[in-house]
Amino acid sequence: MQYKSQAVAKPYFIAAIGLFVGQIVFGLIMGLQYVIGDFLFPALPFNVARMVHTNLLIVWLLFGFMGAAYYMVPEESETELFSPKLALAMFWIFLVAGALTIVGYLFVPYATLAQMTGNDILATMGREFLEQPLITKVGIVVVALAFLFNISMTMLRGRKTAISMVLLLGLWGLAIFFLFSFYNPHNLVKDKYYWWWVVHLWVEGVWELILGALLAFVLIKVTGVDREVIEKWLYVIITLTLVTGIIGTGHHYYWIGAPEYWQWWGSVFSALEPIPFFAMTVFAFNMVNRRRREHPNRAATLWALGTGVMSFLGAGVWGFLHTLAPVNYYTHGSQITAAHGHMAFYGAYVMVVLTIISYAMPILRGRAANSNKAQVLEMWSFWLMTIAMVFITLFLTAAGILQVWLQRVSTTPLGFMATQEQVSLFYWMREWAGVAFFIGLVVYIASFFVNGEGEGQAATR
Amino acid sequence: MSGTFTKSMARNIFYGGTVFFFLLFLALTFDSHREFPKRDNSQNLTPEVIAGKKIWETRNCIGCHTLLGEGAYFAPELGNVYTRRGPDFIKAWIQAQPTGTHGRRQMPQFNLSEQELDQLVAFLKYASEIKTGNWPPNIEG
Repeated sequence: MQYKSQAVAKPYFIAAIGLFVGQIVFGLIMGLQYVIGDFLFPALPFNVARMVHTNLLIVWLLFGFMGAAYYMVPEESETELFSPKLALAMFWIFLVAGALTIVGYLFVPYATLAQMTGNDILATMGREFLEQPLITKVGIVVVALAFLFNISMTMLRGRKTAISMVLLLGLWGLAIFFLFSFYNPHNLVKDKYYWWWVVHLWVEGVWELILGALLAFVLIKVTGVDREVIEKWLYVIITLTLVTGIIGTGHHYYWIGAPEYWQWWGSVFSALEPIPFFAMTVFAFNMVNRRRREHPNRAATLWALGTGVMSFLGAGVWGFLHTLAPVNYYTHGSQITAAHGHMAFYGAYVMVVLTIISYAMPILRGRAANSNKAQVLEMWSFWLMTIAMVFITLFLTAAGILQVWLQRVSTTPLGFMATQEQVSLFYWMREWAGVAFFIGLVVYIASFFVNGEGEGQAATR
Repeated sequence: MSGTFTKSMARNIFYGGTVFFFLLFLALTFDSHREFPKRDNSQNLTPEVIAGKKIWETRNCIGCHTLLGEGAYFAPELGNVYTRRGPDFIKAWIQAQPTGTHGRRQMPQFNLSEQELDQLVAFLKYASEIKTGNWPPNIEG
């Protein structure tokens, strides 16, 4: 570790992994509820489990992004963090607020929670992914601003690299677009229109800047390729991302009451959205092939390559699959959407956070890389989780195709629940793939506890 | 990717392209706002509908159902439930939950008053009259 203050990243990474475990546990519960409908009812209705599943995902990725920024920015700026104390304070505030929110979801009826937390003053709750009580939303803004202040001040004091600029731009964008979560007009069409300014402009916009910056940082470190080359690639990739992704928002505007010309704008631009992801894959492999050094942390390199491939498959290919308006007319809001969501989030954001953790955590623990034994275990977890996610996606896609056919294409369409029963075999298989994913996650965590010191430590930093 | 194409050129294209396409997005958004009144059924946004939307939100209906195709995929689409089932069925259905049928997906009992049920139905009626480009493909949602 080059700068002492980078150490604040460690609790962020640990919390991220802990919440990740929670997310998967609730995912398994929901997967079972898909086939055993009354499982854990009424103690844990599906909507509560889903809220916990998706909110934990968002929060742990945010912990991952913040940890990554605290780790990367001092090194990029070549100066200590502006205020490590503020970073630690924000860590605890965010963790406690997040935990209280989850406890609220689990143990207080949602309508009561809304009443208790000021939803009558400003109604923002009860919209997908933005279910957080008003006070939690305000808390997120406060934590984000303190975090951005800390990171921006650090950057202003030191060297300004392209990577840190892109990272900062992504993080500011994240905070700014989150503000649309406070806008909830009575008009449902406008509500939905601007809801996407948070959701789409996050995951297919500014988060991709963060993703690109994290990947570029790790690639510089593990390959030793010239910064000029990597940063040029980074700019090209994020240009493609935003040029396609901003207007690509239109692929959410087909059927929600927005003007029909969005079917053209959305189809054309979002059909191009796989290109930046493809470029990212080519980039990652190219840099690793042109490497000038053999970094002892091979696991981190594997995660970096995996991010390229899986984000292309999940976000690029599975996104393209249903993004054209005439196709989306039939697939909108089906299990196809769920299939895409799972692989895209895993391939892009889960994997990039695990990439930076894989690279930084050994260094934060005082060694360039973990022992061979620990790395082998970590690479096993990579393959287990990644292959399991491929199968989750394939089974959900199969369920989705059948669902669309039976419910929407057939000349004698079945009702929703009758269709669900017809495709339950695929839900069972998805659940078993989910169990395999969970085993992969257990192996991943175990890899932190095997004797990590060893030959890796002797290698050069 | 070498030679004449430099990092600063890549950076300039990034900033220029982003600003251009964001402005284009804003322009399309501005135009969408002019078009909304023709499609969004806002002339029927009565106080009852507004109250119904809040009930919809504070019971986290979106955690299981889709509305105009957005939400969770665990339970039926409700954007067109008003036309599929009609007001009386919707109210009776909500009041009868949970069914308690063994192994079947369960909907919680929300203990809504008669007035709240009417408000929720009014919201679903309003939603069903939004011009969605003829989505969903058929009445089953």
